[in-house]
Amino acid sequence: MKGLKYPHTPNTLVAFDTSDDAGAYQISEDIAIIQTVDFITPVVNDPYKFGQIAAANSLSDVFAMGAKVCTALNVVAYDSCHITKEMLNEILRGGLDKVIEAGGVVLGGHTIEDLEMKYGLSVTGIVHPNKIVRNNTIKPGDKIILTKPIGMGVITTSIKADMAPQSAIDKAAFHMSYLNKTASEIAVEIGVNAMTDVTGFGLLGHLFEMTNNSVSVRLDYNSIPIIEEAFELAESGLFPGGSYRNKKYYEPNIFLDRKDCTQDQLMLLYDAQTSGGLMISVPGEKADKLLDKLKLAGIEWSSIIGEVFDSKDRKIIIG
Amino acid sequence: MNQIDTRGLSCPQPVVLVLSEIKTGNDEFEILLDSEASRENVKRLLSKNKLEFDIKENSDHTVYHVTR
Repeated sequence: MKGLKYPHTPNTLVAFDTSDDAGAYQISEDIAIIQTVDFITPVVNDPYKFGQIAAANSLSDVFAMGAKVCTALNVVAYDSCHITKEMLNEILRGGLDKVIEAGGVVLGGHTIEDLEMKYGLSVTGIVHPNKIVRNNTIKPGDKIILTKPIGMGVITTSIKADMAPQSAIDKAAFHMSYLNKTASEIAVEIGVNAMTDVTGFGLLGHLFEMTNNSVSVRLDYNSIPIIEEAFELAESGLFPGGSYRNKKYYEPNIFLDRKDCTQDQLMLLYDAQTSGGLMISVPGEKADKLLDKLKLAGIEWSSIIGEVFDSKDRKIIIG
Repeated sequence: MNQIDTRGLSCPQPVVLVLSEIKTGNDEFEILLDSEASRENVKRLLSKNKLEFDIKENSDHTVYHVTR
Protein backbone atom coordinates (compact mmCIF):
# COMPACT_ATOMS: atom_id res chain seq x y z
CA MET A 1 0.00 0.00 0.00
CA LYS A 2 2.92 2.30 -0.68
CA GLY A 3 1.95 5.83 -1.66
CA LEU A 4 -1.62 5.52 -0.44
CA LYS A 5 -2.78 7.83 2.30
CA TYR A 6 -5.69 6.67 4.41
CA PRO A 7 -7.00 9.71 6.27
CA HIS A 8 -7.93 9.14 9.92
CA THR A 9 -11.04 10.74 11.39
CA PRO A 10 -11.58 11.50 15.09
CA ASN A 11 -13.75 8.34 15.14
CA THR A 12 -11.01 6.08 13.77
CA LEU A 13 -9.72 4.03 16.71
CA VAL A 14 -7.73 1.27 15.00
CA ALA A 15 -6.62 1.21 11.35
CA PHE A 16 -3.85 -0.19 9.13
CA ASP A 17 -0.86 1.34 10.93
CA THR A 18 -0.49 -1.18 13.77
CA SER A 19 -1.04 -4.41 11.79
CA ASP A 20 -3.98 -5.15 14.09
CA ASP A 21 -6.60 -7.82 13.45
CA ALA A 22 -9.49 -5.55 12.43
CA GLY A 23 -10.44 -1.90 12.11
CA ALA A 24 -12.31 -0.06 14.87
CA TYR A 25 -14.54 2.97 14.43
CA GLN A 26 -16.41 4.77 17.20
CA ILE A 27 -20.09 5.40 16.42
CA SER A 28 -21.29 6.61 19.84
CA GLU A 29 -19.94 7.35 23.31
CA ASP A 30 -20.07 3.70 24.31
CA ILE A 31 -20.01 1.75 21.04
CA ALA A 32 -17.24 1.14 18.53
CA ILE A 33 -17.78 -1.10 15.53
CA ILE A 34 -15.14 -3.63 14.60
CA GLN A 35 -14.91 -4.41 10.90
CA THR A 36 -12.99 -7.15 9.17
CA VAL A 37 -13.01 -9.27 6.02
CA ASP A 38 -11.15 -12.45 5.25
CA PHE A 39 -11.55 -15.22 2.68
CA ILE A 40 -9.49 -18.30 1.90
CA THR A 41 -9.09 -21.08 -0.66
CA PRO A 42 -10.14 -24.60 0.43
CA VAL A 43 -7.92 -26.06 3.16
CA VAL A 44 -9.78 -29.37 3.58
CA ASN A 45 -11.70 -31.47 1.05
CA ASP A 46 -15.01 -31.65 2.97
CA PRO A 47 -17.10 -28.62 1.83
CA TYR A 48 -19.08 -28.28 5.08
CA LYS A 49 -15.87 -28.31 7.16
CA PHE A 50 -14.23 -25.84 4.76
CA GLY A 51 -17.20 -23.49 5.28
CA GLN A 52 -16.87 -23.82 9.04
CA ILE A 53 -13.12 -23.17 8.94
CA ALA A 54 -13.35 -20.17 6.59
CA ALA A 55 -16.02 -18.63 8.81
CA ALA A 56 -14.17 -19.35 12.07
CA ASN A 57 -11.10 -17.75 10.48
CA SER A 58 -13.03 -14.60 9.52
CA LEU A 59 -14.89 -14.31 12.85
CA SER A 60 -11.64 -14.67 14.79
CA ASP A 61 -10.50 -11.14 13.97
CA VAL A 62 -13.48 -9.76 15.90
CA PHE A 63 -12.76 -12.00 18.89
CA ALA A 64 -9.08 -10.98 18.80
CA MET A 65 -10.20 -7.37 19.40
CA GLY A 66 -12.20 -8.45 22.47
CA ALA A 67 -15.48 -7.69 20.64
CA LYS A 68 -18.81 -9.42 20.11
CA VAL A 69 -19.94 -10.59 16.66
CA CYS A 70 -23.09 -8.89 15.30
CA THR A 71 -23.48 -9.31 11.56
CA ALA A 72 -21.76 -11.07 8.69
CA LEU A 73 -21.85 -11.08 4.89
CA ASN A 74 -20.76 -14.05 2.77
CA VAL A 75 -17.87 -13.39 0.36
CA VAL A 76 -17.86 -16.10 -2.32
CA ALA A 77 -15.64 -16.63 -5.36
CA TYR A 78 -17.36 -19.59 -7.01
CA ASP A 79 -15.49 -22.08 -9.18
CA SER A 80 -18.53 -23.58 -10.92
CA CYS A 81 -16.31 -25.91 -13.04
CA HIS A 82 -15.16 -27.95 -10.05
CA ILE A 83 -17.62 -27.15 -7.26
CA THR A 84 -21.23 -28.32 -7.61
CA LYS A 85 -24.20 -26.29 -6.37
CA GLU A 86 -24.65 -28.89 -3.62
CA MET A 87 -21.04 -28.44 -2.48
CA LEU A 88 -21.43 -24.67 -2.49
CA ASN A 89 -24.53 -25.07 -0.37
CA GLU A 90 -22.56 -27.19 2.11
CA ILE A 91 -19.80 -24.54 2.27
CA LEU A 92 -22.37 -21.83 3.03
CA ARG A 93 -24.13 -24.08 5.58
CA GLY A 94 -20.81 -24.57 7.39
CA GLY A 95 -20.30 -20.80 7.43
CA LEU A 96 -23.83 -20.11 8.63
CA ASP A 97 -23.54 -22.61 11.48
CA LYS A 98 -20.37 -20.89 12.71
CA VAL A 99 -21.89 -17.38 12.53
CA ILE A 100 -24.89 -18.63 14.56
CA GLU A 101 -22.50 -20.27 17.08
CA ALA A 102 -20.66 -16.94 17.27
CA GLY A 103 -23.91 -15.20 18.22
CA GLY A 104 -24.24 -13.30 14.94
CA VAL A 105 -26.53 -13.18 11.91
CA VAL A 106 -25.79 -13.48 8.18
CA LEU A 107 -27.46 -10.57 6.39
CA GLY A 108 -26.46 -11.43 2.82
CA GLY A 109 -23.36 -11.63 0.71
CA HIS A 110 -21.88 -11.44 -2.75
CA THR A 111 -20.73 -14.08 -5.24
CA ILE A 112 -18.50 -13.80 -8.28
CA GLU A 113 -17.30 -16.49 -10.71
CA ASP A 114 -13.63 -17.38 -10.28
CA LEU A 115 -11.12 -20.01 -11.41
CA GLU A 116 -10.39 -21.04 -7.82
CA MET A 117 -12.95 -21.41 -5.02
CA LYS A 118 -12.70 -18.88 -2.21
CA TYR A 119 -14.98 -18.31 0.76
CA GLY A 120 -15.03 -16.10 3.81
CA LEU A 121 -16.97 -13.43 5.62
CA SER A 122 -17.04 -9.73 6.13
CA VAL A 123 -17.86 -9.40 9.83
CA THR A 124 -19.00 -6.49 11.97
CA GLY A 125 -18.71 -6.62 15.75
CA ILE A 126 -19.22 -4.19 18.60
CA VAL A 127 -17.19 -3.32 21.67
CA HIS A 128 -16.97 -0.46 24.17
CA PRO A 129 -14.37 2.01 22.77
CA ASN A 130 -12.33 1.80 25.99
CA LYS A 131 -12.34 -2.00 25.99
CA ILE A 132 -10.82 -2.72 22.58
CA VAL A 133 -8.03 -5.24 23.05
CA ARG A 134 -5.17 -4.26 20.76
CA ASN A 135 -2.32 -6.42 19.53
CA ASN A 136 0.70 -4.27 20.46
CA THR A 137 0.09 -3.20 24.06
CA ILE A 138 2.02 -5.96 25.83
CA LYS A 139 3.78 -5.04 29.08
CA PRO A 140 6.93 -6.30 30.86
CA GLY A 141 6.04 -9.15 33.21
CA ASP A 142 3.17 -10.36 31.02
CA LYS A 143 2.86 -14.03 30.15
CA ILE A 144 1.89 -15.08 26.63
CA ILE A 145 -0.85 -17.70 26.33
CA LEU A 146 -1.63 -19.52 23.06
CA THR A 147 -5.07 -21.15 22.84
CA LYS A 148 -4.66 -23.55 19.87
CA PRO A 149 -1.81 -25.75 18.65
CA ILE A 150 0.14 -24.73 15.54
CA GLY A 151 0.99 -26.88 12.50
CA MET A 152 -2.02 -26.02 10.31
CA GLY A 153 0.10 -24.69 7.41
CA VAL A 154 2.07 -27.89 6.79
CA ILE A 155 -1.02 -30.02 7.36
CA THR A 156 -3.23 -28.11 4.90
CA THR A 157 -0.38 -28.14 2.34
CA SER A 158 0.00 -31.90 2.83
CA ILE A 159 -3.78 -32.27 2.27
CA LYS A 160 -3.31 -30.53 -1.11
CA ALA A 161 -0.46 -32.97 -1.86
CA ASP A 162 -2.63 -35.91 -0.76
CA MET A 163 0.10 -36.78 1.77
CA ALA A 164 -1.68 -36.04 5.04
CA PRO A 165 -2.49 -38.87 7.45
CA GLN A 166 -6.19 -38.93 8.44
CA SER A 167 -5.30 -38.21 12.07
CA ALA A 168 -3.61 -34.95 11.01
CA ILE A 169 -6.57 -33.93 8.84
CA ASP A 170 -9.01 -34.58 11.69
CA LYS A 171 -6.97 -32.66 14.27
CA ALA A 172 -6.35 -29.68 11.97
CA ALA A 173 -10.01 -29.50 10.88
CA PHE A 174 -11.13 -29.65 14.51
CA HIS A 175 -8.86 -26.82 15.64
CA MET A 176 -9.34 -24.62 12.56
CA SER A 177 -13.14 -24.76 12.89
CA TYR A 178 -13.03 -24.13 16.66
CA LEU A 179 -14.24 -20.59 17.43
CA ASN A 180 -12.02 -18.24 19.43
CA LYS A 181 -15.21 -16.85 21.02
CA THR A 182 -14.99 -18.46 24.46
CA ALA A 183 -11.26 -17.84 24.78
CA SER A 184 -11.83 -14.17 23.93
CA GLU A 185 -14.68 -13.80 26.44
CA ILE A 186 -12.63 -15.38 29.22
CA ALA A 187 -9.64 -13.15 28.40
CA VAL A 188 -11.82 -10.01 28.46
CA GLU A 189 -13.40 -11.09 31.76
CA ILE A 190 -10.00 -11.65 33.41
CA GLY A 191 -8.50 -8.47 31.92
CA VAL A 192 -5.55 -8.77 29.53
CA ASN A 193 -3.07 -6.29 28.07
CA ALA A 194 -3.07 -7.41 24.43
CA MET A 195 -4.42 -10.07 22.13
CA THR A 196 -4.16 -11.21 18.51
CA ASP A 197 -4.90 -14.35 16.54
CA VAL A 198 -2.28 -16.50 14.85
CA THR A 199 -2.88 -16.67 11.09
CA GLY A 200 -0.84 -15.96 7.96
CA PHE A 201 2.28 -14.46 9.59
CA GLY A 202 2.75 -17.58 11.71
CA LEU A 203 3.39 -17.72 15.45
CA LEU A 204 6.63 -15.72 15.30
CA GLY A 205 5.27 -13.10 12.89
CA HIS A 206 2.17 -12.34 14.91
CA LEU A 207 4.14 -12.43 18.15
CA PHE A 208 6.65 -9.96 16.71
CA GLU A 209 3.77 -7.64 15.74
CA MET A 210 2.82 -7.68 19.46
CA THR A 211 6.23 -6.35 20.52
CA ASN A 212 7.28 -2.70 20.36
CA ASN A 213 10.40 -0.63 20.94
CA SER A 214 10.34 -1.13 24.72
CA VAL A 215 9.31 -4.77 25.12
CA SER A 216 10.35 -8.14 23.70
CA VAL A 217 9.30 -11.75 24.28
CA ARG A 218 11.15 -14.87 25.42
CA LEU A 219 9.49 -18.07 24.20
CA ASP A 220 9.78 -21.52 25.75
CA TYR A 221 9.82 -23.90 22.74
CA ASN A 222 8.80 -26.92 24.78
CA SER A 223 5.61 -25.20 25.94
CA ILE A 224 4.36 -24.37 22.44
CA PRO A 225 1.50 -26.71 21.49
CA ILE A 226 2.21 -28.25 18.07
CA ILE A 227 0.09 -30.91 16.34
CA GLU A 228 2.31 -34.00 16.53
CA GLU A 229 1.93 -35.06 12.88
CA ALA A 230 3.22 -31.63 11.76
CA PHE A 231 6.84 -32.56 12.61
CA GLU A 232 7.08 -35.36 10.03
CA LEU A 233 5.24 -33.34 7.39
CA ALA A 234 7.70 -30.47 8.02
CA GLU A 235 10.62 -32.85 7.41
CA SER A 236 9.00 -33.86 4.10
CA GLY A 237 9.07 -30.24 2.87
CA LEU A 238 5.36 -29.48 2.97
CA PHE A 239 5.49 -25.87 4.12
CA PRO A 240 3.29 -23.40 2.22
CA GLY A 241 5.11 -20.60 0.39
CA GLY A 242 3.88 -18.06 2.95
CA SER A 243 5.85 -19.76 5.73
CA TYR A 244 9.14 -19.08 3.92
CA ARG A 245 8.10 -15.46 3.30
CA ASN A 246 7.46 -15.16 7.05
CA LYS A 247 10.91 -16.55 7.81
CA LYS A 248 12.62 -14.16 5.43
CA TYR A 249 10.78 -11.15 6.83
CA TYR A 250 10.93 -11.85 10.58
CA GLU A 251 14.19 -13.85 10.91
CA PRO A 252 16.44 -10.81 11.66
CA ASN A 253 14.51 -10.29 14.91
CA ILE A 254 14.41 -13.91 16.06
CA PHE A 255 17.18 -15.37 18.24
CA LEU A 256 17.53 -19.07 19.00
CA ASP A 257 18.86 -19.69 22.50
CA ARG A 258 18.85 -23.49 22.59
CA LYS A 259 20.93 -26.11 20.83
CA ASP A 260 18.45 -28.96 20.46
CA CYS A 261 16.03 -27.23 18.07
CA THR A 262 16.24 -28.49 14.47
CA GLN A 263 15.67 -26.24 11.46
CA ASP A 264 12.37 -28.05 10.81
CA GLN A 265 11.21 -27.49 14.40
CA LEU A 266 12.14 -23.82 14.18
CA MET A 267 10.47 -23.47 10.78
CA LEU A 268 7.16 -24.63 12.30
CA LEU A 269 7.12 -21.40 14.34
CA TYR A 270 7.13 -19.44 11.04
CA ASP A 271 4.45 -21.67 9.50
CA ALA A 272 1.49 -19.70 8.11
CA GLN A 273 -1.64 -20.72 10.01
CA THR A 274 -5.30 -20.72 9.05
CA SER A 275 -7.78 -19.96 11.85
CA GLY A 276 -5.14 -20.28 14.55
CA GLY A 277 -5.61 -19.64 18.24
CA LEU A 278 -5.58 -16.44 20.21
CA MET A 279 -2.24 -15.23 21.50
CA ILE A 280 -2.98 -13.43 24.75
CA SER A 281 -0.62 -11.18 26.74
CA VAL A 282 -1.83 -11.28 30.34
CA PRO A 283 -0.28 -9.74 33.50
CA GLY A 284 1.96 -12.42 35.08
CA GLU A 285 -0.07 -12.65 38.28
CA LYS A 286 -3.25 -13.46 36.36
CA ALA A 287 -1.72 -15.98 33.94
CA ASP A 288 -2.41 -19.16 35.90
CA LYS A 289 -6.00 -18.09 36.60
CA LEU A 290 -6.60 -17.38 32.90
CA LEU A 291 -5.03 -20.69 31.90
CA ASP A 292 -7.18 -22.59 34.44
CA LYS A 293 -10.36 -20.91 33.17
CA LEU A 294 -9.51 -21.66 29.53
CA LYS A 295 -8.90 -25.32 30.35
CA LEU A 296 -12.06 -25.54 32.43
CA ALA A 297 -14.00 -24.19 29.43
CA GLY A 298 -12.67 -27.09 27.33
CA ILE A 299 -9.80 -25.24 25.65
CA GLU A 300 -7.44 -27.75 27.18
CA TRP A 301 -4.58 -27.33 24.67
CA SER A 302 -4.01 -23.74 25.90
CA SER A 303 -0.49 -23.13 27.15
CA ILE A 304 1.72 -20.40 28.61
CA ILE A 305 4.38 -20.18 25.88
CA GLY A 306 6.49 -17.19 26.90
CA GLU A 307 6.98 -14.00 28.82
CA VAL A 308 7.45 -10.31 28.08
CA PHE A 309 10.54 -8.39 29.22
CA ASP A 310 11.95 -4.84 29.01
CA SER A 311 14.08 -4.42 25.93
CA LYS A 312 15.33 -1.51 23.87
CA ASP A 313 15.20 -3.45 20.62
CA ARG A 314 12.25 -5.49 19.35
CA LYS A 315 13.10 -9.18 19.35
CA ILE A 316 11.93 -12.68 20.17
CA ILE A 317 14.23 -15.12 21.92
CA ILE A 318 13.44 -18.83 21.66
CA GLY A 319 14.63 -20.73 24.72
CA MET B 1 18.52 -38.84 -16.93
CA ASN B 2 15.10 -37.54 -15.93
CA GLN B 3 14.63 -33.83 -15.45
CA ILE B 4 11.84 -32.53 -13.23
CA ASP B 5 10.90 -28.96 -14.05
CA THR B 6 9.14 -27.35 -11.07
CA ARG B 7 9.53 -23.78 -12.35
CA GLY B 8 6.36 -21.74 -12.00
CA LEU B 9 4.71 -24.31 -9.75
CA SER B 10 3.51 -23.43 -6.26
CA CYS B 11 3.76 -25.59 -3.13
CA PRO B 12 3.16 -28.48 -2.70
CA GLN B 13 3.42 -29.38 -6.43
CA PRO B 14 7.27 -29.43 -6.62
CA VAL B 15 7.43 -31.84 -3.65
CA VAL B 16 4.71 -34.06 -5.16
CA LEU B 17 6.61 -34.32 -8.49
CA VAL B 18 9.97 -35.01 -6.82
CA LEU B 19 8.45 -37.62 -4.50
CA SER B 20 6.99 -39.38 -7.51
CA GLU B 21 10.47 -39.41 -9.15
CA ILE B 22 12.09 -40.73 -5.94
CA LYS B 23 9.60 -43.62 -5.95
CA THR B 24 10.69 -44.72 -9.46
CA GLY B 25 14.07 -45.71 -7.98
CA ASN B 26 16.14 -43.97 -10.72
CA ASP B 27 19.81 -43.56 -9.74
CA GLU B 28 20.18 -40.04 -11.03
CA PHE B 29 17.86 -37.11 -11.82
CA GLU B 30 17.80 -33.32 -12.00
CA ILE B 31 15.32 -30.87 -10.51
CA LEU B 32 14.84 -27.33 -11.82
CA LEU B 33 13.56 -24.89 -9.19
CA ASP B 34 12.82 -21.17 -9.28
CA SER B 35 11.42 -20.17 -5.89
CA GLU B 36 12.76 -20.03 -2.35
CA ALA B 37 9.84 -22.11 -1.07
CA SER B 38 10.33 -24.91 -3.60
CA ARG B 39 14.13 -24.90 -3.10
CA GLU B 40 13.71 -25.26 0.66
CA ASN B 41 10.85 -27.76 0.55
CA VAL B 42 12.55 -30.03 -2.01
CA LYS B 43 15.80 -29.83 -0.01
CA ARG B 44 13.86 -31.05 3.05
CA LEU B 45 12.27 -33.90 1.08
CA LEU B 46 15.64 -35.06 -0.36
CA SER B 47 17.28 -34.93 3.08
CA LYS B 48 14.44 -36.93 4.64
CA ASN B 49 14.94 -39.57 1.95
CA LYS B 50 18.73 -39.50 2.56
CA LEU B 51 19.47 -38.47 -1.03
CA GLU B 52 22.62 -36.49 -1.83
CA PHE B 53 22.57 -33.69 -4.37
CA ASP B 54 24.77 -31.00 -5.93
CA ILE B 55 23.43 -27.49 -6.34
CA LYS B 56 24.02 -25.42 -9.49
CA GLU B 57 22.86 -21.82 -9.53
CA ASN B 58 21.76 -20.40 -12.90
CA SER B 59 20.68 -16.83 -13.52
CA ASP B 60 16.95 -17.47 -13.19
CA HIS B 61 16.73 -20.91 -11.60
CA THR B 62 18.53 -23.50 -9.46
CA VAL B 63 19.34 -27.09 -10.43
CA TYR B 64 19.61 -29.93 -7.89
CA HIS B 65 21.51 -32.86 -9.35
CA VAL B 66 20.51 -35.94 -7.35
CA THR B 67 22.44 -39.21 -7.25
CA ARG B 68 21.85 -42.32 -5.16
